[in-house]
Amino acid sequence: MNKYFHSVELEADLCCGCTNCLKRCPTEAIRVHGGKAKILSERCIDCGECIRICPHHAKKAHTSTLEEIQGYKYKVAIPAPALFGQFNRLDNVDIVLTGLKKIGFDDVFEVSRGAELVSEATRKLIKENKLNKPIISSACPAVVRLIKTRFPELCDNVMPLKAPMEVTARIARREAMKKTGLSSEEIGVFFITPCPAKVTEIHSPNYSESSAVDGAIAISKIYPELTLAMDHLTEVENISQSGLIGIGWATSGGEAAAMLGDKYLAADGIENVIRVLEELEDEHIRDVEFIELNACSGGCVGGVLTVENPYVARARISTLRKYLPVSMNHLEEDQISKMMWENELEYDADIYRLDEDIVKAMSMMSEMEGILAGLPGLDCGSCGAPTCRAMAEDMVRGKAKESDCIHRLKAKIQNVYDQLKNTI
Amino acid sequence: MSNAIHLHYEVSSEDFTRAGEASGSVKKRLKSLGFNGDVIRRVAIAMYEAEINMVIHAEGGYCDVDIYPDRIEVLLADKGPGIPDVDKAMQEGFSTAPDNVRTLGFGAGMGLPNIKKYTDSMRIDTTIGEGTKLYLTVNVPQ
Repeated sequence: MNKYFHSVELEADLCCGCTNCLKRCPTEAIRVHGGKAKILSERCIDCGECIRICPHHAKKAHTSTLEEIQGYKYKVAIPAPALFGQFNRLDNVDIVLTGLKKIGFDDVFEVSRGAELVSEATRKLIKENKLNKPIISSACPAVVRLIKTRFPELCDNVMPLKAPMEVTARIARREAMKKTGLSSEEIGVFFITPCPAKVTEIHSPNYSESSAVDGAIAISKIYPELTLAMDHLTEVENISQSGLIGIGWATSGGEAAAMLGDKYLAADGIENVIRVLEELEDEHIRDVEFIELNACSGGCVGGVLTVENPYVARARISTLRKYLPVSMNHLEEDQISKMMWENELEYDADIYRLDEDIVKAMSMMSEMEGILAGLPGLDCGSCGAPTCRAMAEDMVRGKAKESDCIHRLKAKIQNVYDQLKNTI
Repeated sequence: MSNAIHLHYEVSSEDFTRAGEASGSVKKRLKSLGFNGDVIRRVAIAMYEAEINMVIHAEGGYCDVDIYPDRIEVLLADKGPGIPDVDKAMQEGFSTAPDNVRTLGFGAGMGLPNIKKYTDSMRIDTTIGEGTKLYLTVNVPQ
C-alpha cells in the first residue's frame, strides 16, 4: 500500500505554472518548480481545492470509469447521497437508482443506508460514554487526514467508526454474495463519488488496512449517461431504503442533526474547518458534544466532482427528504464492533516538523527567521512557494535557493548593474 | 542557552478578535519544531488566556516568548491598572471584567486560574497604576 497515494493529480501539459493552486492550497502542499505545479505528497489531503480553482483544468482527480466495472461478474453501485441533489425536479430517489442499473450496474445500495447505521452507532456510543468528547466526525476523509497531519492533540477525539461508504460497501458485498453465490472477488463494489478524498480513502485508508470498495466513479463523469438513462426509463424499481437521516448526510449539518440533540456544531469549507480545529485544540470550544466537519462548502454536495451548484443541490435534498421516514436502517446486534476502526489514528509528526531533533530544528528555525527577514514579505508566490515563510522553510530544508525569489534576484542584478556603471 | 528562539509580539487592544494571534503564531512554530502535542496545547491555551486578559483589562501590551529544548518561557507585559489583590484574582470565578465583555462569553473569572493550571510555573509582578508582568513556564517532559 502506498503511504501517500493521492487521487489529485497534475496534468503537466495543461499546467502553465501560475500561482492559483499554490495560493489556494490549505495545507501549503503545492510548489511550482520549473514552470509546473508539483504536489507535496505527504502534505496533500485531497480536498480538491486545487481542482476547483485551476483555470487551465490541469488538476484532475484519478477516478474509475464505467469500463472498469466490466472486470467484475456482479457490479454494485453505492451512490453517495449527494448524487440525489444533482437533478432538476427529481421527486423520487428510485429514478436515480434505477438509472444506475440501466447504465451497467447489477445492483444498487445507497450509502445513505450505511449513514443511518453510523448515525445510530454514534448516538449509542455517546450514550454509553465510550467516546472522547467533543467527538469529531470521521466521515470526511480530507478532514481526517488534516487532523492526522496537523492536530496531534485531536487524533483521539475523532470518532472511531468507519465512514458510511465503508460500512455500506461491506453490507452491499455481503448481500450480493448471498444473493448470487459468487465469491467476493467476483463482485465489484463501486462508490459514486462527489469528491477525490473518497477515492484516496479507498486506495489508502486512514484507519484500516484495506477498503471494501473496489473503485470510485465521479458523479460528474457518469452524469450525462445517467441523466439520459433516467429520461428513458419505462419502469421505476423500488430500490431506495433510506430515510431522511441518511439522505441528510449529503449536506453540512445533516450528520450532526442526526445526533438528535442540540449540543452539536457543523462547519463546512476547509478554511472554516481549520479554524474550528485550531479553536478545539486550544479548548475554546466548550459545551459541544459532537462536531461535524466537511472540507467542502455546503458539505458533500459541494464536492469538486459534483455537477450542480451546492446551494441548489442543498435545496433539492431538503425537498427530497421532506416526506421520508426518519430512518429506515437499524443496527443489528454486535454490528457496531464490525463498524469500528481497525487501526488507531496516528499523528504523522514528520510532515511539518523541521527535524526529528529539537535542537537541530531550533537552529533551522532561527536560520529560517533570518532568511525571512531578508525576503520582501509580499507572499507573491513567484518563487514557487505559497508564502515568503514557506520559501524560507524550503530554503533551510535545502529545497529552494535565494535566487528563486525574483525580488531578491532583481535587487542583486541592480546591485551588479550599479557597480558596473560606476566602473565605466 | 545560546540556541533559544526568541519571539516578540505586540498585543493590540483595538480589535478584540485579534487576541490569539500571538498564541496562534507560537503554536505553529512549536509544531514545526516538533514539540510534544500536550506541551504545545498547554502553551497555546495559557498564552491565549493571558492575551485575552491583556485586551480586556489593560489595553494590550507585549509578549516575549523564549523557546528552549527543555522549556518554553513566556512573558506577557502590560501597562494596565495592575491587580490590587492577586490572591483574589487567582480565585476561580472572581472577575472584574466589564459587562460588555461578559456578554461575549469572556470574563468568567477563569483566566488566571486556567493559566496556572496549564503551566508549570507562573509568577505575577504587578504594580497598581503601572502595569502587570506575567511570567509563565511550560516544561518539556524529557
